[in-house]
Amino acid sequence: MPIINVTTRDGHSRAIEGKPGRSLMENLRAGGIEEILALCGGCCSCATCHVYVDEAWSAALPPMSEDEDDLLSTSGAREGNSRLSCQIPFGPALDGIEVTVAPED
Amino acid sequence: MRGRRNRQRDHHRGAELTRFDVLVVGTGHAGVAAAIHLRQAGFAGSIALLGEETELPYERPPLSKDYLLGTRGREEFRFRTADFWADKGVALVPGERVERIDPQARTVACASGREIGYSELVWTAGGRARRLGNAHVIRTLDDVDRLKEALTDARSVLVIGGGWIGLEAAAALTKLGKRVTLAEREPRLLARCSGHALSDFLADRHVREGVDVRLGVADIDSSAFDLVVAGIGIEPEGGPLLDAGAEGGNGVLVDELGRTTLPHIWAAGDVALHRNPFGPDRPIRIESVQHATDQAACVARAIVGAPAPYAAMPWFWSNQYDLKLQTVGLSHDHDEELVRGDPASGRFSILYRRKGKVIALDCVNMVRDYVQGRALIERGSEVEASLLTDAERPLKSLLE
Ligand SMILES: Cc1cc2nc3c(=O)[nH]c(=O)nc-3n(C[C@H](O)[C@H](O)[C@H](O)COP(=O)(O)OP(=O)(O)OC[C@H]3O[C@@H](n4cnc5c(N)ncnc54)[C@H](O)[C@@H]3O)c2cc1C
Ligand code: FES
Repeated sequence: MPIINVTTRDGHSRAIEGKPGRSLMENLRAGGIEEILALCGGCCSCATCHVYVDEAWSAALPPMSEDEDDLLSTSGAREGNSRLSCQIPFGPALDGIEVTVAPED
Repeated sequence: MRGRRNRQRDHHRGAELTRFDVLVVGTGHAGVAAAIHLRQAGFAGSIALLGEETELPYERPPLSKDYLLGTRGREEFRFRTADFWADKGVALVPGERVERIDPQARTVACASGREIGYSELVWTAGGRARRLGNAHVIRTLDDVDRLKEALTDARSVLVIGGGWIGLEAAAALTKLGKRVTLAEREPRLLARCSGHALSDFLADRHVREGVDVRLGVADIDSSAFDLVVAGIGIEPEGGPLLDAGAEGGNGVLVDELGRTTLPHIWAAGDVALHRNPFGPDRPIRIESVQHATDQAACVARAIVGAPAPYAAMPWFWSNQYDLKLQTVGLSHDHDEELVRGDPASGRFSILYRRKGKVIALDCVNMVRDYVQGRALIERGSEVEASLLTDAERPLKSLLE
């Protein structure tokens, strides 16, 4: 199974197995990353699934929708590589992706 | 003294009384959030998450949306895996319904006869769907599994109730190819929680999707339909607390930390009657994921000794057809409703004001206003109506 490398807020890194066909958020949650609250369940309403995606992977990601962009702008922790993990479908093309959970707002 | 008596009593019965440092009753959004936030706040004691459902805790919003529609499977909206709970040292106690509480002995008694002790009890039992004859309801996975099974032979469906659940169900069932009639007692949709502009917009949209929307209907002959679904609200599940002497009525009264009027008993979520800093000047209940989660987190912090009053900005969302509806703030007791943008375009917002201050926004396919409106509510500043309704002007620019 393809792998997702996650760095949690306390700086620890973990590799979790990702299930293709689910979003990155769903995989992080299923992988036991408790900081991913994902309150809205992935419908782009809460921004509690905010992650930083390692720049090396930017090109492999789907473009950001206007809605995602607007919602991310509510976060004081937004960076150039910020994404809402619920808006990124996970698949073999992202095998090995490096993400870091963004700080709590 | 009392402790010893209890132990003796238990001993006589021959059963060891299981006791948890925190016993969370209810495995919905609030219960799950309470358990997770306790651990996040460093709580090292024992935690049990007890609920009458046998499912691994799951989210409710998909029940009337993707799950009903069949675009998301049941495994896809669990909060967490079984491993996660084991890992966090949270004991899951499924299939138990608490019927009585003894606040002095600090025990709960379940329908099965089982008794469980606690040091702190967090009551997050939510609410039970109001029933209407043998109409289907949409509150639990079981409910929707039953509904989906019945749907296979149904062509015409009557949905009773034009609130959020009824509307989402009508949208999903229409998409599934059913002939849907939606009956609402009030003269408009969402009469309890939204203004006229949204009611009218949604009624129009549902009609255009083919739903037979009937407003102001007091009584409808349901025998003419293959299947009936009722979305007529919930009864809060506060019974055992009220029986034990907790203050409340339509829910259980809690203070700004989520404390009930009974010692060592807290409540959060749909069941909690509370004064919301963004709401009217009276206790209310809020039925939303945001509220359940944030209020439960507030209880968790108070239990670990880091209390901070509940003061999160309320928000809510709904999906119907291709509509993304988002609400921020609470529109209770608004005296003015301003429409920003053109509803006919399918992208617009409604601002609610009370005494000149913006208190809530309903946004339809308008994430930007939803995002920026929050600050307007927080600031409580008074902005001219003509500026608020000028859709060309970002709400952010009105904050000065
Ligand atoms: C179909 C549906 C769609 C929704 N869509 C949205 C949405 O889009 N956006 C949004 O913000 N909100 C939505 N909501 C509302 C949101 O799901 C609720 O506000 C939230 O679930 C409340 O969480 P809770 O933990 O307070 O209660 P619940 O989720 O109701 O959980 C309570 C749990 O306690 C259990 N229980 C009850 N009594 C007992 C007892 N005596 N002993 C043991 N266990 C007991 C119940 O079985 C239940 O599992 C929706 C709700 C439903 C039903
Ligand atoms: S889960 Fe809510 S925005 Fe991603």
